[in-house]
Amino acid sequence: MDLNFSPEEQAFQAEVQAFLAEALPAEIADRVGRGEEPTRDDMERWHAILNEKGWLAGTWPAEFGGQGWGPIELHIFEEECAKASAPRIVPFGTKMLGPVLQKFGTPEQQAEYLPRILDGRDWWCQGYSEPGAGSDLASLKTKAERDGDVYVVNGQKTWTTLGQYANRIFCLVRTKFEGKPQEGISFLLIDLDTPGIEMRPIRLIEGGYEVNEVFFTDVRVPVENLVGEENMGWTIAKYLLGHERTNIAGTGFSVQALAQVKALARQVKRRGKALIENPLFAARLASVEAELEAVKITNLRMLSKAAAGGQLGAEPSMLKIKGTVIRQELNDLARRALGPAAAPFPSEDLDNLAIAPKGHAQNAAGYFNNRKISIYGGSNEIQRNILAKGMMRG
Amino acid sequence: MSDDRRMLADMLARFLADACPVEARVDVAYAAPWHSEAAWTGLAELGAFYALASEEAGGMGGTGFDISVVFEALGRALCPEPVLPTLLGLRLLAAAGRHVDDVLAGQRVAVGIGEVDAPYDLDGIETRAEDGRLTGRKSVVYGGAGAERFLIAAQNSGKLALFEVKAKDAQVSGYGMIDGGPAAEVFLDGAPGELVLADAQDALEDALDAGALALCAEALGAMEVVQGILIDYLKTRKQFGQLIGAFQALQHRAIDLGIEIEQARSIVILAASAEGAPEFGKRVAQAKFLVGKIARLVSEEAIQMHGGIGITWEYPLAHYAKRLVMIDAQLGDTDWHLERLMGALSAE
Ligand SMILES: Cc1cc2nc3c(=O)[nH]c(=O)nc-3n(C[C@H](O)[C@H](O)[C@H](O)COP(=O)(O)OP(=O)(O)OC[C@H]3O[C@@H](n4cnc5c(N)ncnc54)[C@H](O)[C@@H]3O)c2cc1C
Repeated sequence: MDLNFSPEEQAFQAEVQAFLAEALPAEIADRVGRGEEPTRDDMERWHAILNEKGWLAGTWPAEFGGQGWGPIELHIFEEECAKASAPRIVPFGTKMLGPVLQKFGTPEQQAEYLPRILDGRDWWCQGYSEPGAGSDLASLKTKAERDGDVYVVNGQKTWTTLGQYANRIFCLVRTKFEGKPQEGISFLLIDLDTPGIEMRPIRLIEGGYEVNEVFFTDVRVPVENLVGEENMGWTIAKYLLGHERTNIAGTGFSVQALAQVKALARQVKRRGKALIENPLFAARLASVEAELEAVKITNLRMLSKAAAGGQLGAEPSMLKIKGTVIRQELNDLARRALGPAAAPFPSEDLDNLAIAPKGHAQNAAGYFNNRKISIYGGSNEIQRNILAKGMMRG
Repeated sequence: MSDDRRMLADMLARFLADACPVEARVDVAYAAPWHSEAAWTGLAELGAFYALASEEAGGMGGTGFDISVVFEALGRALCPEPVLPTLLGLRLLAAAGRHVDDVLAGQRVAVGIGEVDAPYDLDGIETRAEDGRLTGRKSVVYGGAGAERFLIAAQNSGKLALFEVKAKDAQVSGYGMIDGGPAAEVFLDGAPGELVLADAQDALEDALDAGALALCAEALGAMEVVQGILIDYLKTRKQFGQLIGAFQALQHRAIDLGIEIEQARSIVILAASAEGAPEFGKRVAQAKFLVGKIARLVSEEAIQMHGGIGITWEYPLAHYAKRLVMIDAQLGDTDWHLERLMGALSAE
């Protein structure tokens, strides 16, 4: 197989790089590069810049305002963005709800919501998980009962990423209690301003705030906010999962993290020498670099299969497992490279004290926060179950 | 374990459960002064620090096993009190034949060894003393915020020496740690220091080894709690209509952690037993190497097997996990100690 991109793909890559060099605001790239969470304003600004270029939702078909990118173009775009330390595009509107509405939504829903995703009027969040329904999503209990032309929603969602900035949430809700649990689930769009909704923050391990609990008490939602048919939510969720699985290996983030660890290991000293010259540290770094090179190629092999119209089976699960473990190992190496200097609780004072080389005070926080990447979006154990099922079938 | 030590362990466990319950720690350890003054005073009143110094030095313990018992209890309770610098301080002051009554009574002392470019490295120390005045910077000094006095390692007439510097004579910038507890940057700009030991190399090495042993014992206590929390969780959390502990994929991993923790316990016992013997350094290096590795494994696996709940601030496990990972960054990480062992191999 050809390990290089085609000339057109290379031209596209160069175009993306040139665009990023020009359009990505330096102060935002700085913040993201330091491992800090981009602010709400950063994300909104970046979305607007991308939307103006027509690249906010590049995979959407042209009729809905996208470019009709295939998997390889999307991959190139996302890799370059990650390497340039662009804030990630909040996926809930562009990558999740957008494709769902395009496939299952009514023309009214498409006309109403798709433009609002692109121009930033709507910030969507994802309401799937519940306290009792994580890996076992089908056991969800939040219920929506029909009352004339509204659904009355009661229950609790959790882990709602960036819900604090959102004005709308798409939810899986239970509309039928008998039969197989998968068959009683519906996909519902809810305006977060509706009376009866309460959002509470969940603080994460390193002290940051990015997820929430959402409580619904007698929340009245118009029936036209149902997507697809009643009790068809599981099919929609499964369709969406396929979309979520692109860029699942996150190799762009790892490429950027690797470059940072290398730079750090050149600055930091142990026994009078740069850490990069320390054989034990260098061995760890070299071995994770080899792993990363391999997963990049694994990723490309699967992408070219998908681009050629092949069906991806369980391959994305393989990418997710490897990709997350490699990224977490790189996070660990950065923390390790700093030694005691990684220990202080990140704060602005620390930058002034210059305990760590500039821009690296966040490394331990990043390492702890990124324990999430092997848990969310289907934990690595669940990915292994999917792979094992495929193996036993095949 | 001797009866005395068992009594000490029980007494400490009871006191710590009361004075720094994990739920309260979640707030106390992360806001200035990053520990509880009341818990500190309580520890002193209890006489806990006497277990860290020998009788000749004015204490009532000081052996490897005394140190282990105290720090294992601190680890179980995830106690953020800066007892490690007290241990190092007692050890160094005793080596210099100094009085330690005030430290035993709870005076806060911190020890400044590591520097920005030499976090663990006695050979890399650049802070210098001239005519009793010190110039240099000590970085990430554990317990440095709030300490009344500092013991500072510095170059002096061609030797590594130890000086005492009063907190008011240095510029101390305190901060909290990501795993809780106080630390500081200590800037010395011609600060007056009193010479404590003119040739401090051996005493510093011994203190660092005692400190590393203490950290291993602390990690051991914390790992055992984490294992308990994990097993409870596997026995209560249900997904797919069954306890997640019924999935063999998780059972085997939880068991592997248990096996590793037994290994950690064994190597800590071995290191503790070598205190005072010529092979102490080697045993400590073996212990800190293994414990560093195992502690990271235990915290990462325990988080992973909890799912999202494992990375929430509200859940004590998350704080144990942070402490366990960050312990590796104190007084030499796994690689650092493995290199010591490799060096000893080639010298054999
Ligand atoms: C930071 C973060 C952001 C998130 N954002 C969102 C969001 O925006 N919207 C949303 O809806 N959800 C979100 N999630 C939820 C996420 O999808 C769940 O956390 C995830 O699916 C795991 O569920 P759980 O946490 O309940 O763990 P559990 O399902 O309780 O799992 C606990 C452990 O058991 C293991 N396990 C479970 N079942 C099996 C099995 N059959 N075999 C072997 N092992 C098993 C798991 O792998 C895990 O190790 C987020 C989570 C996090 C941590």
